[in-house]
Amino acid sequence: MNATLDPKKLISGATGDWEVVIGMEIHAQVTSHSKLFSGASTAFGGDQNAHVSLVDAAMPGMLPVINEECVKQAVRTGLGLNAAINLRSVFDRKNYFYPDLPQGYQISQYKYPIVGEGIVLVDLPDGSQITVGIERLHLEQDAGKSLHDQHPTMSYVDLNRSGVALMEIVSKPDLRSSEEARAYVTKLRTILRYLGTCDGNMDEGSLRADVNVSVRRPGDALGTRCEIKNVNSIRFIGQAIETEARRQIAIIEDGGTIDQETRLFDPSKGETRSMRSKEEAHDYRYFPDPDLLPLEFDQAFVDALKAELPELPDAKKARFMKDYGLPPYDAGVLVAERVQADYFEAVAKGRDGKMAANWVINELFGRLNKEGKDIEKSPVSAEQLGAIVDLIGEGTISGKMAKDLFEIVFVEGGDPRQIVTERGMIQVTDTGAIEAAVDAVMAQNPDKVEQARTKPGMLGWFVGQVMKQTGGKANPQAVSDILKAKIGLE
Amino acid sequence: MSVDQATVRRIAHLARIRVTEDEVPHLQGELNAILDFVAQLDEVSVEGVEPMTSVTPMQMKKRVDVVNDGFMADKVTANAPAADDHFFTVPKVVE
Amino acid sequence: MSELIDLTLAEARDALKAKTISAVDLTKAHVKAMEEARALNAYVLETPDQALAMAKASDDKLARGDAGPLEGLPLGIKDLYATDGVRTTACSKILDGFVPRYESTVTSQLWRDGAVMLGKLNNDEFAMGSSNETSAMGPVVSPWAPPNWDKARLATALKGDKKGLLVPGGSSGGSSAAVAARLCLGATATDTGGSIRQPAAFTGTVGIKPTYGRCSRWGIVAFASSLDQAGPIARTVRDNAILLRSMAGHDPKDTTSVDRAVPDYEAAVGRSVKGMTIGIPKEYRVDGMSAEIEALWQKGIGFLRDAGAKIVDVSLPHTKYALPAYYIVAPAEASSNLARYDGVRYGLRVDGKDIAEMYENTRAAGFGKEVRRRIMIGTYVLSAGYYDAYYVRAQKIRTLIRQDFETVYHAGVDAILTPATPSPAFGIGEMGSADPVEMYLNDIFTVTVNMAGLPGLALPAGTSDQGLPLGLQLIGRPFDEEALFALGEVIEQAAGSFAPAEKWWV
Repeated sequence: MNATLDPKKLISGATGDWEVVIGMEIHAQVTSHSKLFSGASTAFGGDQNAHVSLVDAAMPGMLPVINEECVKQAVRTGLGLNAAINLRSVFDRKNYFYPDLPQGYQISQYKYPIVGEGIVLVDLPDGSQITVGIERLHLEQDAGKSLHDQHPTMSYVDLNRSGVALMEIVSKPDLRSSEEARAYVTKLRTILRYLGTCDGNMDEGSLRADVNVSVRRPGDALGTRCEIKNVNSIRFIGQAIETEARRQIAIIEDGGTIDQETRLFDPSKGETRSMRSKEEAHDYRYFPDPDLLPLEFDQAFVDALKAELPELPDAKKARFMKDYGLPPYDAGVLVAERVQADYFEAVAKGRDGKMAANWVINELFGRLNKEGKDIEKSPVSAEQLGAIVDLIGEGTISGKMAKDLFEIVFVEGGDPRQIVTERGMIQVTDTGAIEAAVDAVMAQNPDKVEQARTKPGMLGWFVGQVMKQTGGKANPQAVSDILKAKIGLE
Repeated sequence: MSVDQATVRRIAHLARIRVTEDEVPHLQGELNAILDFVAQLDEVSVEGVEPMTSVTPMQMKKRVDVVNDGFMADKVTANAPAADDHFFTVPKVVE
Repeated sequence: MSELIDLTLAEARDALKAKTISAVDLTKAHVKAMEEARALNAYVLETPDQALAMAKASDDKLARGDAGPLEGLPLGIKDLYATDGVRTTACSKILDGFVPRYESTVTSQLWRDGAVMLGKLNNDEFAMGSSNETSAMGPVVSPWAPPNWDKARLATALKGDKKGLLVPGGSSGGSSAAVAARLCLGATATDTGGSIRQPAAFTGTVGIKPTYGRCSRWGIVAFASSLDQAGPIARTVRDNAILLRSMAGHDPKDTTSVDRAVPDYEAAVGRSVKGMTIGIPKEYRVDGMSAEIEALWQKGIGFLRDAGAKIVDVSLPHTKYALPAYYIVAPAEASSNLARYDGVRYGLRVDGKDIAEMYENTRAAGFGKEVRRRIMIGTYVLSAGYYDAYYVRAQKIRTLIRQDFETVYHAGVDAILTPATPSPAFGIGEMGSADPVEMYLNDIFTVTVNMAGLPGLALPAGTSDQGLPLGLQLIGRPFDEEALFALGEVIEQAAGSFAPAEKWWV
């Protein structure tokens, strides 16, 4: 639990400052071919009720059989969260009635989840880092979908999603601002994508968040919390927290109390609204599912999975900082997506890490963002970018020329070395040629030469002129050195 | 332990079975008769005893992660009291 | 033709193999008997066309020398088993008109082995009952006539409200009645608290509930998942052994089914029981137990002793707590298993102004009184604040009950002999009192076996003073059904078989 109170994160109300306390329950769809307890497909899309077996439809006499890959994915995720893996866990039935819940119960884990306490380190934009505690992770079935807009008086039920494996990841209430919450979800999503245990596609519903928000005066006990269910984008998570915190603060400052309830975030209105009538706090009557046995595996099973884990973002970031000399911020940007990190390493291999990072982050990402492209769709491959970096390093082209070259490769494609040769982009480094150009410029501007002797700042103008003279091809550093020598500066 | 009529109504609602007001007292009597019968279990000392978690102790068998089921929307909706184009249809759910 | 239905399943099998009878003739004889016995209400659905087609196919296979272990043998199937394309209702209104598009694992194994399906058999609604009186399809009449009733009285009752005619037991009342009345060579049944063994005892037939996990539960309408087991009812111990072999086996679709080879159970029938140790548990001698039950028990002890078994007194201290614990665990699991009957995807739907009303109307109309009662008790004992006091406690007591048996078996006992029921069959409508517990007491000797997950076989060993069949129960070690068949055969050979005196229902 973050013990220190950061005054910067407090929200100021009418009567003073308030601390927001946030906890999150993330539902992450497990990456697997088939469902948690049935062999039907988990693929997104698909005609209604096509990805549904008799078990998913809860026909009389149907029974669940667990998917071994889903178990492994949960363990991998637990390892990625630095969490305790429980060698024995139990599946419980959570009983309630809803048309998209065909069994009339959801198979979940209540008392004995597969993963226990863990930790996620989250870097914030200002460079600071927070530690977010994980309470637990458990496996459970997803429900189907009810469509309420297909018919005036009927709801339409599609059970395709019913039975898909979910990991419910519960954080401790360690978050203190909407920014922290967004950063946490972003980091969690990155970890899951690195592990390959969840694709994190929030627009397809692979990752959904239930956000618990309460407020309190700094130093007070925890306030009553409200749960905002099924927030399906990081942006909305931030907005929901902001509006909910302010809603609660306004109520309390007005003399009211907060009712513990479930709410929904309405993005079009930018506010939360109460979801269920309060008469029924659900009594889920959890009990161990008698159609299943306790889930048990040994430490060797866990260790084998651990040995196969890919390098995770925190470790990769540390390695980038150490091996490539990158600053934390840059390393953080690169490891945000595994494909980005891999791309960077392909460029940086055998080259100057800092230069490679600069090109990847500032030039490539910048350009990709402009086009709204992902790195997977980058028109410039790591090889091509690497070649550009090589050409700079060799002194064949100047930095400015490299940018032009990059643009050409981005738009037209092609081998950078070939382009440089074909289009005569080779930098002029021959000191004789540069001297000749410098002499020419100096001869054309004798009065400026005089001025430059006393105003060193004029050097820049001269460099520019010489660059023009050479059609931009001269090595600027060489130009600068020769100019200084000839003008008599230093 | 015994149940009062309010509890009978609450349980009936949890179980989604409509009971008429007339039926409540009778049901209350029946449920209490059963609860009286099972009350003798309180005599037993269960100190240090684990609840039975599996009748025949064994390792839980798992499935390999392959798609080998589903693609039977016809079968799945064949017995539906109301369906439309392979959707199950139900009276509107009030959120 | 009537001789054909008097064959046991084993005799029919041998006759088919020897080609002294044909499968079609055998099936035709049973179809006729089934039709003639409609007043007993043992069958809720007859499938004569399908039966004849299956019998013809069996004759072909027999001719080719390609016969399966059950080739051409006509069986009745309890209406709890999903049968592909054949209506399956669990004898409940809520599954009105439900036609599964899948076959239960156990019945598919029967068809794989060549058996013939005569029809679906009546049972207590969702297997909840001990007399078949909770069935939405009406009660089943036992082919055993009530003592001292004359023909006229029998006919009147049979045509009328059936009151006073005997119950065949439950929940597998249709199965036991059909076997006793020779309307099939054998029947499938299920047992959660005694629903195979008690009906067998009431009708003078033989039934076995195997060890939990021996047979697959896939495709059988679930009542209480940790207690349900599939098993046969037939006229002899040998017939049971033959049927169980086909029914048993690991099913990867049922996580609770056990991966263990199925032995040739028939080979155990006739095996010597010399030197086996039989335990007689003192706690089964309950207060007020009738003299005739005690006498029956002693008779059984004598049979086994004469065959060379050693008889020892044993103690199963937690016996009396099994029934109350059962009436917590079973309803709790049932309340959850029956939540899927909601009118959305199959079965009965009674409309309402919104989904909440639809649920409540559907389930109120669809479930009978006993089912509703058990769902409510089950819901209550799982509900917040009561879960630990009831369900967890009952599951702990279950551990103690199993430990009682483990202790006894560990001390060298091979099997345990007890009465199967506290009384012979009673009359339809006789147990209509306000106290549901009175009916539950019928299972007092049988529930312990489900709670411990052990195998239990019931078979007739004598008759009551009034001439009604009385049964004994043999309880075995886990997966030692063979011992039960060996011991059962000894008792059967000594006691003889029991059949109703005449076909008074035709």
